Amino acid sequence: MPRLFRSVGFVLLFVTAGASPALACAALIGPNGAVNLVRTTTLAGYHDGIEHYITSFSFQGGDGKFGSIVPLPGIPTKVERGGGWTLQRLIRETQPRREVRALLSSPASERDGVRVILETRIDALDITILEGGGAAVGRWARDHGFILPPDAPEVLDFYAGRSPIFMAARFDADAAKQRGQQIGDGTPIHLTIPVENPWVPLRILALGKQGGDLVQADVYLLTDIRPAFLPGPRRGMFLQYSAPASPELMRDLRSDKGMGWLPASGMWLTHLAINSAASDLTYDLAVDAGAGTWPSRQPGGIAPALAVGMILSAVWVTGLAWAWPR
Amino acid sequence: MAPVKVMAGAYPLARLSALSGAAILLAALLPGVGGVGRPEPQVVIITLRHSRFLPAHLTVRRGTPVRFVITNVDPIDHEFILGDEAVQRRHETGTEQEHGAVPGEVTVPAGSTRETTYTFTRPGRLLIGCHAPGHYNYGMRGWVRVVD
Repeated sequence: MPRLFRSVGFVLLFVTAGASPALACAALIGPNGAVNLVRTTTLAGYHDGIEHYITSFSFQGGDGKFGSIVPLPGIPTKVERGGGWTLQRLIRETQPRREVRALLSSPASERDGVRVILETRIDALDITILEGGGAAVGRWARDHGFILPPDAPEVLDFYAGRSPIFMAARFDADAAKQRGQQIGDGTPIHLTIPVENPWVPLRILALGKQGGDLVQADVYLLTDIRPAFLPGPRRGMFLQYSAPASPELMRDLRSDKGMGWLPASGMWLTHLAINSAASDLTYDLAVDAGAGTWPSRQPGGIAPALAVGMILSAVWVTGLAWAWPR
Repeated sequence: MAPVKVMAGAYPLARLSALSGAAILLAALLPGVGGVGRPEPQVVIITLRHSRFLPAHLTVRRGTPVRFVITNVDPIDHEFILGDEAVQRRHETGTEQEHGAVPGEVTVPAGSTRETTYTFTRPGRLLIGCHAPGHYNYGMRGWVRVVD
């Protein structure tokens, strides 16, 4: 078998901020098999039972098409171009970084086929929302030119067992150049997803990476109350910021395109930084953003054996949150 | 009689495959299966799932021709390459697109089943590997122990 991939087509990315030949938000696996390590930025906002998932795909030059697949907690009712500055404003809000505090698989559902729920084009991005089991989505991705790394079958099953909804985003680099997009220009995507048990995909960030590779990501949560989340304190996950969202931040975010869903005040801003070895990132982030109870371990993809320790860790994190300077 | 050794599997399917493989290989070790002369090939079923061989560890008797029936349930292509470390190194750096002509070496496309028959002539240990890009380093490997 050759060392190189047999076909050059779309590249499989998974998740969310700035990458090389095409994307943002995750690891980019190039046609030559190289994995580019990039830092990803995501906002997961929860309000009135609706998740607003905002991430950005940035054009980094190159030719052809590249893509990514992002697991989703539910079927989006709307997929649209995100606002122009929301992610950047969140970064600015939480910078300079304050004191860093360390925070601390389920059976797959198999389906024969894939159902295409939604297709749309945003700038140079072709977005497809899919429903299907891990193997079926993998076959769909393969049939559409994605190059799947060896851990993809297990990771797809990991997600499909909890939510069989995926977003495939294919970046047409040629179209981006025709549109005059410059290297580094981002295309923010805003998904509106009704959910009962919110979670943020994290494990997907390690897709295609070696065990010792570093995975870096910034996850922002905007919630009606201070959220509880699993896992709790854990190597590789850092609570960077936890405080009521400032009136200035809310005003700025609400003035961005598509951000009118945000209330004028009363939201809680959390910033979690992921700085983890790929081999340690075997979980997602389960969030309880409204009920005032502990999040279920199931949305986080956390095995029962780990759950007790993680809950104890989460208790510790909650203590940190209470003690956090306001 | 040497039993099939199976690495502890994390999935029920792995265990099922391991049990199937064990049963089949144990049957293969019963005397007189092939009658007088050349023994008939014995069947071992291997499942490729989550970029792993299930089972990944086998023990066979020297001189036994084994027909490997390999089913790939993953959505990506895999290989089944049987050989010593030199063979594995050669395939890891090789450029062959497809395998199938050499006994013990076969490409198994996604969602398909392929077969290859190999006769173990010397005691010792041979390796099983998949050399699709990144798969061997990912851990898609196993071994076959050959005993007298």
